[in-house]
Amino acid sequence: MLEVVFNSLMNNGLITAFAVIGITMYISHFISSRFTKGRVHGSAIAILIGLVLAYFGGLNTGGEKGLADITMFSGIGLMGGGMLRDFAIVATVFGARFEELKKVGLIGLISLLVGTVVPFIVGVTVALAFGYNDPVSLTTIGAGAITYIVGPVTGAAIGANSTVMALSIAAGVIKSITVMLTTPYMAKFVGLTNPRTAVIFGGAMGTASGVAGGLAATNPKLVPYGAMGATFHTGIGCLLCPSVLFLVTKFIFG
Amino acid sequence: MVIYGVALLSFAYLAGQILGDLLGKLIGVKANVGGVGISIFLLLLLIEYFTKKGKLNIPSQEGLKFWGAMYIPIVVAMAAQQNVMAAVKGGPLALLAGVITVIIMFLLIPLLDKVGKKEDRHDLEEELIEPNLELKAK
Repeated sequence: MLEVVFNSLMNNGLITAFAVIGITMYISHFISSRFTKGRVHGSAIAILIGLVLAYFGGLNTGGEKGLADITMFSGIGLMGGGMLRDFAIVATVFGARFEELKKVGLIGLISLLVGTVVPFIVGVTVALAFGYNDPVSLTTIGAGAITYIVGPVTGAAIGANSTVMALSIAAGVIKSITVMLTTPYMAKFVGLTNPRTAVIFGGAMGTASGVAGGLAATNPKLVPYGAMGATFHTGIGCLLCPSVLFLVTKFIFG
Repeated sequence: MVIYGVALLSFAYLAGQILGDLLGKLIGVKANVGGVGISIFLLLLLIEYFTKKGKLNIPSQEGLKFWGAMYIPIVVAMAAQQNVMAAVKGGPLALLAGVITVIIMFLLIPLLDKVGKKEDRHDLEEELIEPNLELKAK
């Protein structure tokens, strides 16, 4: 009997995911209005619940995809994967203003460069403080502070060992989670209330999932602008880290 | 029809993905460069074009609106499949590298905001995604 239920849920993964996420959203909005009087955004609570579920998923399976590694919830992987995430981000542009996006240009580019170089320096500095001093490890950990994709791509390109690679991925994931959870509270403080600042935020923070999650719980209208900045971030990071930034690091610490 | 809106979205999405992958190949990196950004630009242009021609009727708009409204639930599903275990296992080094980066970037955002013209910013009111009034088709 129970096996039939599990098999059905497993065979209908994506639909199961819709149901599970629907329940999660309901509980989150209930908690938000009942216990926080709406002060903590329902979406922010939902994202937090998602992350906690991901932790227990990883604890149970030892896999890398959180809840999605549990067979019954494999549909979460499809629903929250890169394809549907980017598809939905593009869809949020319905209602956005074209004139706002045209202004992205120079300030977007500056934010991207600052958002690549500054996290890299922070990552390298922290790695130095923990006793790493070879340029390959320093560069890989610095790259991880940009996004958790730039880290391993850079590490693989310059030949880092697996411990350092894991650290660089972990740094990127922590950055992404921190952005998801803190953006709703930081938004008013840093002026993240308009399209222009959203572009800067996207370019400077970079991490696509962090920006997506952070803006979801802040103001969904800002999503297309934030995504516009973030979309170039991983590409620029993968371009600069194994080349220019590695050479500079090697020059200083090599 | 609803599918027209969804198909328009799909077309913009795919074109952006392909161009982003090509751009990545062109500059020699193993990543999609700007795919989502290109898609966003393209979809805005397409919506503007079809609205002007009066071809984007309400059901077609529904197809776009549905996926825009699914954005938050999809982000929650995304959160549920993050590698949180790796983050926890990374220990203090990863924690410090990640958190300090975010703090410094948040401090830099107001400074970056001051670069260039200031008068072109205006706040968007907080509400759920709704279509632009001008976009209401005939």
